[in-house]
Amino acid sequence: MQNPYLPYPVRIDEIITETEDKNLKTFKFVFLNPEDEEKFAYRAGQFAELSIAGKGEIPIGIASSPTEKGFVMFTVNKVGLVSTHLHAMQVGDIMGIRGPLGNSYPWDVVKGKNLVIIGGGFAFTTLRSSIIYLLDPQNRADYGNIDVIYGARTPGMLLYRDELAEWEARDDINMHITVDGTDDPDWKYNTGFVPTIADQKAPPGDDDTYAIICGPPIMIKFTQPVLDRNAYAHDHIIMSLENRMKCGVGMCGRCNIGREFVCKDGPVFTLAELNKTPKEY
Amino acid sequence: MLGYIDKIREIAKGILENNKVDMVIGFRQGTVPMMNEPCIIKRPEDVDNLVWDGNCGINLANYLPGRTEKIGVIAKGCDSRNIVNHIIENKINREQLYIIGVPCKGMTDRHKLAALAAGEIVAVEESANSVMIKGADFENTFPKHDVMQQNCLKCTHRNPVIYDALAVDLADEQTDIDRYADVRQIEELSVEAKQQHFTDLFAACIRCYACRNACPLCYCPTCFVDESRPQWLGKGQDAIDIHTFHFLRAFHCAGRCTDCGACERACPVGINMRTLTKKLEKDCADLYNWEAGLTLDTRPPLDMYDVGDSDAFIK
Amino acid sequence: MEILKIKKDDLSKGLDALKKSYRLFGPAKTESCHEFKRLEQDEQPDFNFSNTRLSPKAIIYPQSETMFTYSLDENDEDAHILKEVNSLDAPQAVIGIRPCDADAFLLVKRNFDAPDYKDPYWLNAYAKTTLVGLACEKPCPTCFCTTAGSGPFSERGVDILLADAGDDYLAKVITDKGSALAKAAGWDAPSDPDSATEEIERLKTAAEEKISSHVETDHLDKIDTTALHQAPFWEDTAFACINCGTCTFLCPTCWCFDIQDETCGAKGERLRNWDSCMFPIFTVHGTGHNPRGTKKQRVRQRFMHKLKYYVDKYEIGIQCVGCGRCIRSCPVNIDIRKICNLMNHYKPDTVEEPAS
Repeated sequence: MQNPYLPYPVRIDEIITETEDKNLKTFKFVFLNPEDEEKFAYRAGQFAELSIAGKGEIPIGIASSPTEKGFVMFTVNKVGLVSTHLHAMQVGDIMGIRGPLGNSYPWDVVKGKNLVIIGGGFAFTTLRSSIIYLLDPQNRADYGNIDVIYGARTPGMLLYRDELAEWEARDDINMHITVDGTDDPDWKYNTGFVPTIADQKAPPGDDDTYAIICGPPIMIKFTQPVLDRNAYAHDHIIMSLENRMKCGVGMCGRCNIGREFVCKDGPVFTLAELNKTPKEY
Repeated sequence: MLGYIDKIREIAKGILENNKVDMVIGFRQGTVPMMNEPCIIKRPEDVDNLVWDGNCGINLANYLPGRTEKIGVIAKGCDSRNIVNHIIENKINREQLYIIGVPCKGMTDRHKLAALAAGEIVAVEESANSVMIKGADFENTFPKHDVMQQNCLKCTHRNPVIYDALAVDLADEQTDIDRYADVRQIEELSVEAKQQHFTDLFAACIRCYACRNACPLCYCPTCFVDESRPQWLGKGQDAIDIHTFHFLRAFHCAGRCTDCGACERACPVGINMRTLTKKLEKDCADLYNWEAGLTLDTRPPLDMYDVGDSDAFIK
Repeated sequence: MEILKIKKDDLSKGLDALKKSYRLFGPAKTESCHEFKRLEQDEQPDFNFSNTRLSPKAIIYPQSETMFTYSLDENDEDAHILKEVNSLDAPQAVIGIRPCDADAFLLVKRNFDAPDYKDPYWLNAYAKTTLVGLACEKPCPTCFCTTAGSGPFSERGVDILLADAGDDYLAKVITDKGSALAKAAGWDAPSDPDSATEEIERLKTAAEEKISSHVETDHLDKIDTTALHQAPFWEDTAFACINCGTCTFLCPTCWCFDIQDETCGAKGERLRNWDSCMFPIFTVHGTGHNPRGTKKQRVRQRFMHKLKYYVDKYEIGIQCVGCGRCIRSCPVNIDIRKICNLMNHYKPDTVEEPAS
């Protein structure tokens, strides 16, 4: 019997400080046992429990793409006991990863469709995974137009800035990067909140266009009316939720919204699905 | 205490009708014997749902903190002392409250009656001096004194200390009560025997926190047992963690506890954690000549420093 | 299905024989009630009880159990790597479990034995445990098992069901596990199958007639989840609740848990502890946001889980066996029967016609 609570041992291979407030760091992990990497086969939109012996576990979206081999990558915000300890760890330290967990974005459903990816703040991790996956030469032809609307408070709070610049330069993805405000005279992208930019830049909704949203509750709250106005059907709005989790496998009972568990039945739901559940997230 | 209810309902109806309060917090008839359920009454026509008898042991002061409405609240002696605590500790304003004082003759001990019964009790009949219990194939009558909550037997403040109306004339207070015989017994034990005493006392604890949650004093937004940074104690069934919880909680209630008995009454496994709170109550009486919740004019001794404070415990 | 006849004297002899190969648990009298405890060499279960105060769930699902161990000592080769612990390997048996409590394990099994994930701790302990049920001839006034999908003679979760027939127990052997235990105990006297079946039926009918408490559940699956979630009665229902864990910890069908690391020196354990939806920290996010931050939300979650979400998810009825413990032990008289009936009969307000 496979023990679903047993983490795979990993070594921290690289640590990147992502944002100017230093509260977000990206960790690249390498599996101690190479065969565990195969067992950890994942899809963009899934998450894993990062496990630190003596501290506990935290559920974090997988930021690397299934098309990237030899490591897995997570970007972690410093908020609680485990994430604070993780931020103090060093390259070479040993810890654990348990997963992959959750359902992922519905890649089979959105095949051949246009995608509008909307992200805000540090909730861009699984969206990065998705973009890398979509832009992979093996996959790009399987999808239609890709628009990305991504915002943060300031330029220095944007994640993965080098990659954002690379994507800006490509012609097979439409980037709409924005910040709430900046006094940087060299800022050459948008200024304004994500919902406003989404209203201006998102293509109109139709049967062949899906929106994928991941961001703080306030961004989601104001983006949803924008998508409604632009004729996105609720089953074409795909969202990734967060809730407090422990087990990650639908057993410990705390992350439910109605009868669905965010950890196992989600974290990805369509708005049409969420409309049928209590809003306990 | 039977027969108080008509007056309670009349007062409650009056203050609701005159819009003096938005709601009255009291008890309604429970669905099982020995249990009444704390409830809110908002409409004058609903006051007949209120009940009052020996099964109103839950401390209604527990339902006040954080409320913003104008509230009528039914208060026994102990409840009223906890309301005083709440007012001193800024958990509720005096102006928000209309206190319906109920001089109390003691609450029945539901754990004791359940243990005395030869099966599940289906009915309880209370009279002035006795309590009768009935089950499928038993019927027993006990003198009230024998089945009263331990804290009520030793109560010296049956009368509410603040009130806006009284349901009945003030009662005679019990005098010549030795409140601390049980505490002295434990004080006299050797260190090892004390350790054993508390190990036995808390052996059945399932960490449900009913004691803490039934206690009006335990209103901390995050209790120390729930803190993760730093984490003060483990969350498992380790005896030392369990003891630490009970001891620290008792210390946090020092000089504030009114011995209302809600903790012991709420405990699903019948632990008498009051021996801890009573020890601290006794110390506060000995060291500071203090009884909690009797006056709005003085803060509890552990809230203040006075150069005359005893320092005899520093060795 | 075989029905054995066990002379009352032979029950204890059989149990003594079983102690050689099984860890036995049974009801024992404490100062004020009965609880299940490990039966040592010279101990026999005390069947003179209606039901225990705590449910026997801890025998399979301990309140606190070690999942993994770890070392933080950098000199250890395996430092910071979690290690699996040896699982229970000796068989154990619960003697005198009430049918409702045995039934409860089947409800809980649906959670721990999901198609995609298996909980190895719970499933291993469950597989190692034989449940010898004691049919309930004197149900409590707060028992409502017959309308909660169980019953005083329910055979669903037990491996053997004992019925007290005066001088003997009639022992209905239900599963292979039960059969193995009966053999090990040396209980092999057959009864006359027809008369024994008849006798058990008679006792069963008599016991069921004594159940005076009921719930209605027939509409629960038909009510819209979000409408029920928004129902106005939750405010009043939740008022008295003090959000302690009594109901959930005593309940045989509550399974929620927490995972905690506890380190002592350089060694530590990852523990699994019972948790409760009544506690605010059960759902609080790292940011401080709490999707069930109010008492009303938590009380509603408990009842919605048992009486609506579970009903919809598994389509086999409510997540409750009607043992009545939460009713008997709630410090403030929150009564699941009352709430179940409120939910079952709830009719969402229809949109009112605008006044003309």
